[in-house]
Amino acid sequence: MTLELIGISVLWLFLFGYIIVGSIDFGAGFFNAYSHLTNKHHILTNIIQRYLSPVWEVTNVFLVFFFVGMVGFFPTSAFYYGTALLVPASLGLILLSIRGSYYAFETYGSRGHKGYSFMYGAAGLLIPASLSIVLTISEGGFISMVDGKPVLDYWGLFVSPLTWSIVVLSLAAVLYISAVFLTWYASKAGDEQATNLMRKYALIWAAPLIITATGIIVELRAHAPWHFDNILDLWWMFAISGVLFIGTVWLIWQRRNYGLAVVLLILQFAFAFYGYGISHFPYILHPYLSVEESFTNEAMAISLIVAFILGLCLLLPSLYLLFKLFLFNKDYVRGKEDKNHA
Amino acid sequence: MLGDSVQFSRILTELTLSFHIIYATIGVGVPLFIMIAHWVGIRKNDEHYILMARRWARGYVVSVAVGVVTGTIIGMQLSLLWPGFMEVAGHVIALPLFMETFAFFFEAIFLGIYIYTWDRFSRKKHLLLLIPVAIGGAMSAVFITVVNAFMNSPQGFEIIDGRLANINPIIAMFTPAMPTKISHVVVTAFMTVAFMLASIAAFRLLRGSNHVYHKKALFMTMKLGLVFSIATALIGDFSGKYLAEYQPEKLAAAEWHFETEEGAPLRLYGILQDGEVKYDIKIPFGLSILAYSNPNAEVIGLDQFEKDEVPPLYIHYFFDTMVTIGMLLLGVSALYYVAKRWRWKIANARWFLWLIVFSGPLAFVAIEAGWWMTEVGRQPWILRGLMTTAEAATSSEYVGLMIILFSILYFILGVGSVVVLNRIFRRNPVEKELAKYESQKGGDPA
Ligand code: HDD
Ligand code: HEM
Ligand code: HEM
Repeated sequence: MTLELIGISVLWLFLFGYIIVGSIDFGAGFFNAYSHLTNKHHILTNIIQRYLSPVWEVTNVFLVFFFVGMVGFFPTSAFYYGTALLVPASLGLILLSIRGSYYAFETYGSRGHKGYSFMYGAAGLLIPASLSIVLTISEGGFISMVDGKPVLDYWGLFVSPLTWSIVVLSLAAVLYISAVFLTWYASKAGDEQATNLMRKYALIWAAPLIITATGIIVELRAHAPWHFDNILDLWWMFAISGVLFIGTVWLIWQRRNYGLAVVLLILQFAFAFYGYGISHFPYILHPYLSVEESFTNEAMAISLIVAFILGLCLLLPSLYLLFKLFLFNKDYVRGKEDKNHA
Repeated sequence: MLGDSVQFSRILTELTLSFHIIYATIGVGVPLFIMIAHWVGIRKNDEHYILMARRWARGYVVSVAVGVVTGTIIGMQLSLLWPGFMEVAGHVIALPLFMETFAFFFEAIFLGIYIYTWDRFSRKKHLLLLIPVAIGGAMSAVFITVVNAFMNSPQGFEIIDGRLANINPIIAMFTPAMPTKISHVVVTAFMTVAFMLASIAAFRLLRGSNHVYHKKALFMTMKLGLVFSIATALIGDFSGKYLAEYQPEKLAAAEWHFETEEGAPLRLYGILQDGEVKYDIKIPFGLSILAYSNPNAEVIGLDQFEKDEVPPLYIHYFFDTMVTIGMLLLGVSALYYVAKRWRWKIANARWFLWLIVFSGPLAFVAIEAGWWMTEVGRQPWILRGLMTTAEAATSSEYVGLMIILFSILYFILGVGSVVVLNRIFRRNPVEKELAKYESQKGGDPA
């Protein structure tokens, strides 16, 4: 494997991590706000807060890791995307800030302030929407070069059906991933009411997810034929993903083995996400930036990879400890140890 | 139009960093103090110190949240506002930036565990969880300061025919600016947090709570404040010597030192009128001593530099502010310590406690002044000697709008964090909490 490939794979892995962990987080915020509206708040809040509070900062680091890694491994992309993305990325940042501060302000301060939890829920949907625009832009056709500087065509982006399909897909994915995960988490906590509610949401969001995902592939045919052709070559990855999707939905439907359903869900997204990534190759930004051209120098690449491996040796055991204490600890999940908080 | 986007990008960077640095400083410093309090509590078997650790940790979480949020913003804004710079930075100095994310990660994981596991482990084990938090916080400061040091004294690469060549990421990290910069930044963070915690304790004492808890907190934090102030002044002196050697234009602009001369005096305060310095306080040979530890040494003045490469002269005031506050806080903490030792009455005098109340905010002013001095003092360069700020800036037309949006955001975050912190501690005063723990234990804890 060449250095470029290692670099892009590592980054893609972290982006994937962010998508999964972030989706659970964003979706949970939305369900929390929605349950306020429908007066089912008492059912969900405990489950959601117990999972989210200790982990939210970790979620954010996945994102930071991705964009810092991007600057390191592909410095030229920092130049192109940095110039073009000022507005969408800034809006995403502001939304992220609203959410990030929610935990601190809400959990420690004014517990249960409704307005803030609505804003928080809404931000959870707007963030994936605004971040997913980057994927649309990377397909090409929205950036032109003026005096050697990349300029983003906001109107073209706004009226493109591709933009909106990707936005809808990101929303459906967020809600689906989060609902499946929380079904499992709630059932582990032995909270039947919450399990049933989340199970219902998971089934509801399965349909829009698969429809938009298919729709996007069709739209790519018109918008980015190069990408569409690559996808066809990789049809088997998407087929496996589809089978896994059916497996998850079946398990949830049958109320069986929610743990396995979560595993299948992650694999389903992994196949689709890597299939998408590989078929996007070699472009980081069509047609200006390819993986190879925008790659950093060899010395930096090697030192980044070494740092990455050393870092993982430090992180993996720590993450294991975190999950052991909060995610897989029965007493904690059930809320018996709620009093330990500082 | 392009001129505007450069100007606006600078303003937005200043705004974000000036805001982030407040929370970052707390993020670097507070874990150390929680650790010390927790440790003293275990060693002396004194519940008061354990409670101190617990309360500080609770407040710390709020400031970390805002630190993380603003840090994420600045991390992305660097690419959004300075794409030209980040392209070069990516090639040469990405390594410490990358390692910084590991430091955050490490800190975030263990902070989550520490906060949510009080009483789940034995006290000693629980204290161990804090060590990675403190190390992670300090390492984030170290790594990001390595990047800033690189901006001030870039090395580790060559430019051949306008292209980067012979890049060595390790040499780029170990720049001449690095040792003094890192140590000054880390030590001033500890110093600032010491005075911040001292001012809270002093404020509670002034507000009529005569609880021995606050007295213990005050004594401990002031003692540490004294230690860190001495270290700050020493390392500050080394920073001056670094500047004299490697960035003489910054030192000369900060000191209003116009002509190269031997036995140069140090000028404090004053105003500049038609190129003449007025109303200043002159310390003979002071600058030569600061720069080279030798009263007769020659110090390079601004006459040696092109006019368009001289940094703005107003950084003089930032420098004076920082040094004055440093000396003042050193004096206050030394006086407090001596007065406590010899049982002078002054240590409990109301006016003196008020002085301590102001020490915390003043330390933050010094941090801001210090950063403004270094960053503005690097102008017109973003990479000293190689790339100007104007070359690095984005060409986007919307930076002005973003300034407005982010200003609103920081306002909300700033006010929000103060309100929330206030509420947490108001609702749960020390007396009440101590009573709760004592009744739980049923014994008499120290
Ligand atoms: C509590 C805050 C604080 C205090 C009391 C001081 N400083 Fe400071 N100083 C900083 C906080 C700071 C800082 C915010 O940490 C800076 C800004 C950038 C940096 O590297 O550290 C800094 C930078 C800085 C620099 C510039 C370094 C550079 O540009 O590379 C010098 C020469 C000094 N300091 C010198 C001093 C001296 C002689 C002090 C006497 C007591 C002093 N500082 C007190
Ligand atoms: C430690 C890493 C830091 C990096 C990589 C960094 C980077 C930058 C960049 C890219 C700029 C814009 C170019 C310029 O105007 O010089 C800048 C300017 C500035 N930064 Fe820093 N900065 C760092 C730390 C800080 C901190 C902690 C502060 C604290 C408040 C700060 C305050 C400023 C200010 C005030 C300016 C504007 C200078 C002017 O008037 O033009 N910087 N910095
Ligand atoms: C250009 C300058 C800077 C950048 C790009 C930056 C970036 C960041 C980012 C991305 C985070 C959030 C990490 C997370 O998600 O957990 C963060 C937090 C933090 N930053 Fe900054 N930072 C800068 C300047 C500084 C400086 C100068 C210091 C210290 C002197 C500092 C110390 C910290 C600390 C300790 C945290 C952890 C949060 C906390 O504990 O409050 N940063 N920074």
